[in-house]
Amino acid sequence: MQLIECPWCGPRDEIEFRYGGQAGIAYPKDPAALSDEEWAGYVFMRDNPRGWFHERWFHVHGCRTWFSVRRHTVTHEIGRDPGSPRREEFG
Amino acid sequence: MSARAHPDFLWRNPDPRPSYDVVIVGGGGHGLATAYYLAENHGITDVAVLEKGWLAGGNMARNTTVIRSNYLWDESAAIYEHSLKLWEGLSAELDYDLMFSQRGVLNLAHSLHDVREGRRRVNANVLNGVDAEWLDADEARAFCPILEVGGHTRHPVLGATLQRRGGIAKHDHVAWGYARGADALGVDLIQGCEVTGFEITGGRVRAVLTSLGRIAAGTVALAAAGHTSVLAARAGLRLPLQSHPLQALVSELLEPVLNCVVMSNAVHVYVSQAHKGELVMGAGIDPYTSYGQRGSFHVIEEQMSAALELFPIFKRVRVVRTWAGIVDVSPDASPIIGTTPVDGLLVNAGWGTGGFKATPGSGWVYADTIASGRPHPLAEPFGLERFTTGALIDEHGAAAVAH
Repeated sequence: MQLIECPWCGPRDEIEFRYGGQAGIAYPKDPAALSDEEWAGYVFMRDNPRGWFHERWFHVHGCRTWFSVRRHTVTHEIGRDPGSPRREEFG
Repeated sequence: MSARAHPDFLWRNPDPRPSYDVVIVGGGGHGLATAYYLAENHGITDVAVLEKGWLAGGNMARNTTVIRSNYLWDESAAIYEHSLKLWEGLSAELDYDLMFSQRGVLNLAHSLHDVREGRRRVNANVLNGVDAEWLDADEARAFCPILEVGGHTRHPVLGATLQRRGGIAKHDHVAWGYARGADALGVDLIQGCEVTGFEITGGRVRAVLTSLGRIAAGTVALAAAGHTSVLAARAGLRLPLQSHPLQALVSELLEPVLNCVVMSNAVHVYVSQAHKGELVMGAGIDPYTSYGQRGSFHVIEEQMSAALELFPIFKRVRVVRTWAGIVDVSPDASPIIGTTPVDGLLVNAGWGTGGFKATPGSGWVYADTIASGRPHPLAEPFGLERFTTGALIDEHGAAAVAH
């Protein structure tokens, strides 16, 4: 069981979370202009690195916050994502 | 099978030559089968299989050895049935006892939806020439007497599909049989040789760069399962694959107690009893991506709780070992076989959680694709381009997780 730090609740057991995959995948700004290849890229292509990975987690059985972390895909070490909100930043 | 003594060695351990017609990256089951069929079916023997560790030490050593072909979609049924037909003659073909046992595979239905899906899949299988039967709960219990089908359990068994030709085999014998066969036909099996890069000029791959030096190649064929993305990235390619841990476990040795393979998609359990006597169980994948070859214990815990509902007789059995392999899962849970945007660089990946059963069929169609330069007809629907055309082969919905 891994401990994952939710930015609002603090460290919690992995089973409280749902995995959200690669972070930073933005919905296309102009969907109608996308080619089939670009749609395939948006829908299906994700990085799959051996090493540090910037990814989303969802505290589904807790405060229901979505947040990003940096996680190492070999050691499973989790580091804070500088872009993710801290507890004191929540209104 | 003959009763003669096991030979002292099964293959040479040659140093790599400077160049080969075909270099296969990955010495697991699929890579070894590919090399064997390249030599046996196509007469291409100037072949090297490069393995960064030891032969068949990755997922080939970690899977639960379930073999079946009862897939829903036509494309999947065709390739997995081709594979099953090869399994049926493989011990004789390789002159090696693979301990292939067609003891039957039950896929349990626990809900009305499961029942409908199961019956539909049986009908689809029969139309595709794949043996399949629908069993009601009593018939399932008669086929597998230790299965608890009672109505008051958390996961009541409402029925099951049965593929009698399905079963298990001894995974390492499969690898060794293919390795010995390929070696005898002249293929170089090179262990401890990691591919660290590719030499690509004019859009065509010319060589692989390895921990043992540069090796020129007419064709480079990836067969690296969970590590395919890492290799592809070194060739500048991005593939629609995510690598996840998939866990399995074995129990202590028991007297014969379970006579078939039982799978349950809904509760993420598949179990059989190996020839030696241990129960072999597989779980669902851990949700996050990983190359760590280990998963989280709660996944095992959930799997065991469901398994004990189905088999109360196992409740005092002890787990001896758990482990994980790294499986490469594609968006539609179907493999990716064929050419890539780099000329001469072929890919065979994305078998996800179900690659072992496909070993002979995968090697057969991949060898043909490498030899002829066009996809084997059974591989054609599994090309990389399907993610652009949208012609997916969605076995996620059809095969669910236990794959």
